[in-house]
Amino acid sequence: MDLKEKLVSSFLAFEDSVDLDHPVHEVRSEAIKNFEAKGFPSKKEEAWKYTSLNSLQKVDFSIFPKEETTLEYKDVKKYFLHEIDTYKIVFVDGVYSSYLSETTHDGVDVCLMSSAFSKPMFRQVIEVYFNKVANKDESLTSLNTAFCKEGAYIYIPKNKMPKKPIQILHLATGNEAALMLQPRNLVVAEDNAEVQIIERHQSLTGNEVFTNSVTEIFAGKDAIVDYYKVQNDAATASLVDNTYISQKDSSVVRVHTFSFGGKLIRNNLNFYQNGERIDSTLKGVTILGDKQHVDHHTLVHHRQPNCESHQDYKGIFGDQSTGVFNGKIIVDKIAQKTDAFQQNNNILLSDRATINSKPQLEIFADDVKCSHGCTIGQLDDEALFYLRSRGIPKKEATALLMYAFANNVLESVRIPELKARVNKIIANKLGVRVGFDL
Amino acid sequence: MLEIKNLHASVEDKEILKGINLKVNAGEVHAIMGPNGSGKSTLAEVIAGQEEFEVGEGTILLDGEDLEELSPEERAHKGVFLSFQYPVEIPGVSVTNFMKTAINESRKAQGLEDMPANEMLKKIREKSELLEIDRKFLSRSLNEGFSGGEKKRNEIFQMAMMEPKLAILDETDSGLDIDALRIVANGVNKLRGKDNAIIVITHYQRLLEYIVPDFVHVLYDGKIVKSGTKELALELEEKGYDWLKQEAAV
Repeated sequence: MDLKEKLVSSFLAFEDSVDLDHPVHEVRSEAIKNFEAKGFPSKKEEAWKYTSLNSLQKVDFSIFPKEETTLEYKDVKKYFLHEIDTYKIVFVDGVYSSYLSETTHDGVDVCLMSSAFSKPMFRQVIEVYFNKVANKDESLTSLNTAFCKEGAYIYIPKNKMPKKPIQILHLATGNEAALMLQPRNLVVAEDNAEVQIIERHQSLTGNEVFTNSVTEIFAGKDAIVDYYKVQNDAATASLVDNTYISQKDSSVVRVHTFSFGGKLIRNNLNFYQNGERIDSTLKGVTILGDKQHVDHHTLVHHRQPNCESHQDYKGIFGDQSTGVFNGKIIVDKIAQKTDAFQQNNNILLSDRATINSKPQLEIFADDVKCSHGCTIGQLDDEALFYLRSRGIPKKEATALLMYAFANNVLESVRIPELKARVNKIIANKLGVRVGFDL
Repeated sequence: MLEIKNLHASVEDKEILKGINLKVNAGEVHAIMGPNGSGKSTLAEVIAGQEEFEVGEGTILLDGEDLEELSPEERAHKGVFLSFQYPVEIPGVSVTNFMKTAINESRKAQGLEDMPANEMLKKIREKSELLEIDRKFLSRSLNEGFSGGEKKRNEIFQMAMMEPKLAILDETDSGLDIDALRIVANGVNKLRGKDNAIIVITHYQRLLEYIVPDFVHVLYDGKIVKSGTKELALELEEKGYDWLKQEAAV
């Protein structure tokens, strides 16, 4: 039985575990039909030309996680940004771990989707926001919606800001030979609210994990949302991350994606600007080796006038790794004075590494500023000679240049400890010491 | 200190240096002049170890040691410094961090510990004052958005920080106004001493009014066609290079 069949036939069993009378269940039932009709995307589809899910579909994944496995904090501490105090929403094999988490209802709600689905006090927010920006046609999003049950629920009312950043951590213990996870997150920042979120998926063993995640983010007027995705997973972990963002007037949403590890990563990052004077920022640093594969598919849909978007993705590819960047920008006819910027720069460190970079601009307004650029190259020999002539050895000079290359993406990270952590991961990835704190 | 014997160098099978002989002793300043395309920058880069050039015949000895097998960084560790004609922009790395890295890597190569932070700061302060460099400048990304003059001044700042045994200044005067030229020359002169040597590569005699050379050489078509004292520079200024080209042709 292939994975699609297994999933579809498991839906009945899944229904035993959820409230069938809840309005959300109707949404689930619709979604499984769509997934059944469409199935997993294949390479025949333009959007999946360079990323194949074929091998994943042959794995016999467990679809329902077993009961919570206990983990000691000290054993997983390193996967947290533990240098600072944060709220934590932690899942172990897809099951919420109250022991490792720290949630709150103090003025803001930082808790669980399962609570939000079951408790009447959250019903209104669910009705207004749940599955409202996610693409109902997209098959993997539908698959997630069909099985949605657990994930992070973050609700920040008007004018509020949580006392500290929020970490969402998905841990896989390897209790199952192969595990499929489908977390569903909802983030709502009402007008003038502000929130910072760090998300990470981490497999603790060499067992296979396939995560199909959906996150919906709503930013009200003047709201500020910073979302950081740290993708530095084990070599047997694959991730499809579907993130949908809806922004209202004068809101700012910045998503940083740091892709350093994992087997196969597909990021579908979609911004919809539903207001004026909106700022959308999408930044990414990708550093890959071995046979790793990362595919960034971004969409920024400018639907209203006077908005901006900034995309800046840097990639460094070694060994036989492959990268994809596909940046789609749509500017509606009404969206005059749009300022859309897109940049994708790549360095190939090996003859066998590959990057496919493609800007895709659909502009229907006539008074807009849209710029895009893409470079693929090796390190600049002249720059390398310059550094070496100052006594910096080739290896360190190479690292310094790569660091310099990736650095401007980190400038907009607003949590200094996270920035330091990411810098450290980059330094480790490059395997060198340089003479100052990266 | 530096002894170059019959040096040939080429790039993509095109020979640029065609047998250079040059001897520079400690405590001396040598100027190398010559028309565009004569091989001045190539000579500078070959001494510094630029791997783009194929070194054929000939040797470069620094204190008797053949540099041929040494990488650019190893040459730097032995005290060779090249002030670039076109310094490269390195975004994301501040001037200060760059200097710390460079100095500590050189120290590491010599088996020394990292320079203590306070000592480093003191040195940075001292040398930036010498070159009249604004402190804010030091936290900017290396050469990024610097004017031509700022880049050159920054090169000499780096030289002052690294205190090289042999400094090669490749057209450091280009892009400098007269005030900046004076500051840069002053910085270079402070470094002059009995234990080190400087090679100044320039088109014009202007810089040599401030950094007075002991010897002047004229490079033409990959060879040193004439050597003399500082008066030769004046003569070149007056007569141009044509008479030398004719002499070389004979």
